[in-house]
Amino acid sequence: MAELTYIQAISEGLRQEMRRDPRVFVMGEDVGVYGGAFKVTLGFQEEFGAWRVIDTPLSETAIVGGATGAALMGMRPVAEMQFADFISCAWDHLVTVAAKQFFRAHTPVPIVVRLPSGGGFSGGPFHSQNPESSFAHIPGLKIACPATPEDAKGLLASAIEDPNPVLYFEHKHLYRRIKAEVPEERYTIPFGQARVHRPGDDAVVVTWGAMVHTASEAAEQLAAEGFEAEVLDLRTVVPWDRQRVLESVRRTSKVLVLHEDTRTGGFGAEIAATIAEQAFEHLDAPVMRVAAPDTPVPFSPPLEKAFIPQVEDVVSALRDLAAY
Amino acid sequence: MSTGTQIDVVMPQMGVSVSEGTITKWLKQPGESVARDEPLLEISTDKVDTEVPSPGEGFVAEILVQEGETVEVGTVIARIGPALSAAAETVGGPEAPVAEAAPAAPVPPEPAAEPAPPSPPPSVPSPQPQVAGNGKTFVSPVVARIAAEHGVDPSVVPGTGTGGRVTKKDILAFIDAGASMKAIEQPEAAPAPAAEVAAPPVAPAAPVPPAAPVPPAAPVPLAAPAPPAAPAPPVPAPPPTPQAEPAAAEPLAGEQLEPMNAMRRGIAEHMRRSLDTSAHVTSAIEVDMSRVVVLRKKLKPVYERDHGVNLTYLSFVARAAVETLKDYPWINGEIRGDHIVTRSFVNLGFAVELADGKGLIVPVLRNAETLNLLGIAKGVVDIAQRARDKKLLPDEVQGGTFTITNPGGYGTFHGTPVISQPQSAILGTYAVVKRPWVVQDELGNDVIAIRPIMNLTLTYDHRLVDGALAGRFLRDLRQCLETWDEAAY
Repeated sequence: MAELTYIQAISEGLRQEMRRDPRVFVMGEDVGVYGGAFKVTLGFQEEFGAWRVIDTPLSETAIVGGATGAALMGMRPVAEMQFADFISCAWDHLVTVAAKQFFRAHTPVPIVVRLPSGGGFSGGPFHSQNPESSFAHIPGLKIACPATPEDAKGLLASAIEDPNPVLYFEHKHLYRRIKAEVPEERYTIPFGQARVHRPGDDAVVVTWGAMVHTASEAAEQLAAEGFEAEVLDLRTVVPWDRQRVLESVRRTSKVLVLHEDTRTGGFGAEIAATIAEQAFEHLDAPVMRVAAPDTPVPFSPPLEKAFIPQVEDVVSALRDLAAY
Repeated sequence: MSTGTQIDVVMPQMGVSVSEGTITKWLKQPGESVARDEPLLEISTDKVDTEVPSPGEGFVAEILVQEGETVEVGTVIARIGPALSAAAETVGGPEAPVAEAAPAAPVPPEPAAEPAPPSPPPSVPSPQPQVAGNGKTFVSPVVARIAAEHGVDPSVVPGTGTGGRVTKKDILAFIDAGASMKAIEQPEAAPAPAAEVAAPPVAPAAPVPPAAPVPPAAPVPLAAPAPPAAPAPPVPAPPPTPQAEPAAAEPLAGEQLEPMNAMRRGIAEHMRRSLDTSAHVTSAIEVDMSRVVVLRKKLKPVYERDHGVNLTYLSFVARAAVETLKDYPWINGEIRGDHIVTRSFVNLGFAVELADGKGLIVPVLRNAETLNLLGIAKGVVDIAQRARDKKLLPDEVQGGTFTITNPGGYGTFHGTPVISQPQSAILGTYAVVKRPWVVQDELGNDVIAIRPIMNLTLTYDHRLVDGALAGRFLRDLRQCLETWDEAAY
C-alpha cells in the first residue's frame, strides 16, 4: 500500500481504469496538454494519447452532451468540469437527456462527471459550491462524495462501472490536505454503503465529503468531555444508506446532519425528514442540522469561514444535543 | 429574556387518557417565591396523584384555579412572576402582581446559540429559554416509547435534560435500577423489535394472526380475559388523599421491586374507593344459550363477510342487557349525593385488558340503546381495539352508566367484579359450557339434554339496588337471551 493524497488517489484510480478498459476516456477543459486545472490528469495524454484524453472547447454543454453520445455508442467517458459550479451550463444535457435516457429508451448512459467542488480557499461564489442536492433531486442520476483517499479511488471505479450517469464530487479542499494508505490493486466501493468514520454511541453526525473531517475533529473535542459522537460518512448521497443511518439513529437517539451545501433544500433536509418518518419514536431530541447559510459563498476569508460550517459550529450543535 | 415575563403554569398531561385534573393542594401561595422545579402544587387525576414542580423561578403572581377545582389539561392554573432581579417592580407588593406583562407566549425549547457546556459546573442559572410548563411535561418520542413499553410513568423519572427533561439515558437508568425483575418478563413485552417502524399499521378489521406478539385482537370480548373489575372512569371530585411518592422499601433477598405505573395506581385507588363506597352484592344466574349459539352460527359469517365484524357472545349479552335495562333504570342509575340519578340512555362500558396484561381500561359505547346487534358488535370491536392501541379519546373512557366485564375467556364460570364508580352495577359474563340440563320433552316429561350454559353475575350496589330487583333483572335478561327474537334485535 502506498500513502496517497486524495487527489493522487483520484488520478491513480482513473489511470487504473483507463489501463484496464479501453472504453474509458477523459474529456474536459485543459485535461490534456495542461493536465487538468488541478493536475488530476497530468501525464495522461502522454500515456493514453490525445484521443483518450480530449481537450474540449469551453462548453460544458458540449462536454456532457459529447460524453452522453459516446456512452450511448458504448464508451465509458469520464468528463471533467473544471469546477463543479460550472455544471449548471450542462444542466439540460444531464437532467433532461442523460438522467432520463434509460427510462425513455432503455439505453444506459454510463458517464461519470467529475466535479471539483467545495470551498475553503477563497474561491468565491463561482468556484466553491457544493451543488449535490440540486442533482440528488433528479431521478436517474447517482452522486458520490468521497471523503478519504481510499474511498476516492474505490468510488471512482464504481462510478465508471455503473451503467447510470454518476456525478462524482471531489472536494478541492481535501485534494492535498489529506493523505492515507490506499491499496495499489484495483478495488471498488459499492454505492449506498455508509462508513463509520468514527464510532460513538451518544449521538450520530450524518455527513459526507469534507465535512466528515470537520465532524471528526468536533467529535474528538467532545470525547475529551465524555461525549462520544459517531461520525457516519454517507460516501454516496444517491443512493444513500438509509438503513445504516436509521440504525445509528435508533442506537443513539440524537442526530446532527451536517453539510457544506447551503441549508434550505440541502440534502440534509431529506435525511432529517426520513428520520422523522421512520425513526420518530427513537428520537430523544430534535434532528439538528448544521449547514452553510442561504447565501452565495463569499470571497473574503473571514466571511467564508463564517459561511462554511466549522469545527466550533459542530461542537456547539453537539453540545446542544448532549444537553437536550 | 426572562425578566419582565410571566410564566404560565398549566395543568399537566399526566397520562395517555387523562383529560383533566383536580388541584388538591397549593404548596405555594401568591407572593411566595419559588425555585425552578420546586414543588408548586399537588394534583389528582383519575390515573395519578402527583406533585407538580414549578416551571420557572420567581414568585407566585396569581393562582387561577383553587384547591378542589377540576380543570382540563392545558388550562392555565397559575402564573409565576419574574424573579426578584426586577426588585423595583415588586416593591409595590406581591399582592399587586405584575399585571401588565402579557402572558408569556410559550417559547419552544429551541436549543439556540448558547450551548450548555456539558462538563463544566452549572454556573449560569438558566441557559435555556423559558419554557411554558416544566421540562417533565415534555417527553421525547423515544422516552415516550420506552415508557410505554415498560409501563413507566415518565413524570416520576428524575430528569437530567434541559429544564429537568427526562432523557433516554435517564429513563433507561431508571428502568435498570428499578426493575431487574422486568428483565425476566420483559422480552415479549417489547413487541416492535425496532426493526421496521413502518410495519405496524394493521388493518383494523383484519383478524390478527395468532403469531403476532400483539394481544389477542379480533375476538374481542369472549376471549379477552378481563380482571373482574373496572378501572377508574374520571370522577368529578376524587376524595382520595394525595399521596406523595412513597419511598420504596429495600427489597428483601429474592424480591424484586418495580415502580407502580400511573394506570396501576389509578386502578388501585379506584378499586379500593369503589369497595369503600358501594355495598357490593353479587347474584348469579344460569342462561341456556342454545338459541344464541344457533343464531350466532348463522349470523357470524354474514357479519364477517358484509361488515368485517366478529360477532361474539358478548355482543348478544350486551344487546340483551341494554334492552333489559330499559325496565330497570336504577340498575343503570347512580347515587349522587342525596339523589338518585336515572337516565333515558345507556352508556355501556366494557372492561378491556391492555396489551401487556398490565392494566385495563373501560371504554364506553355511548348511547348503546340506539344500537342494534350489529351496531353493538361493531362498537365493541372498535373500542376494544382502540383501547389496546391506546387510541381512545378521553371522552370514550368517561360517562359510563353500566359496565360489562367478561372474564369468561379463560373458562371461569363465576366472579364478583368491582363496580366502576359511580355506577350501580356491573354485569359479569362467563364461559359458555355444554352441560347436562333438565328440560321437558313434548310430552311434558323431564329429560336430560346437553345445553350450552352461560353463567351471568350481576354485582350491584345494595345501597340503591335491592336483591329482588337484581333478581328480576337477571331473570329478564335470561329470558331475553333464551327467547332471542332475531327480528327484534
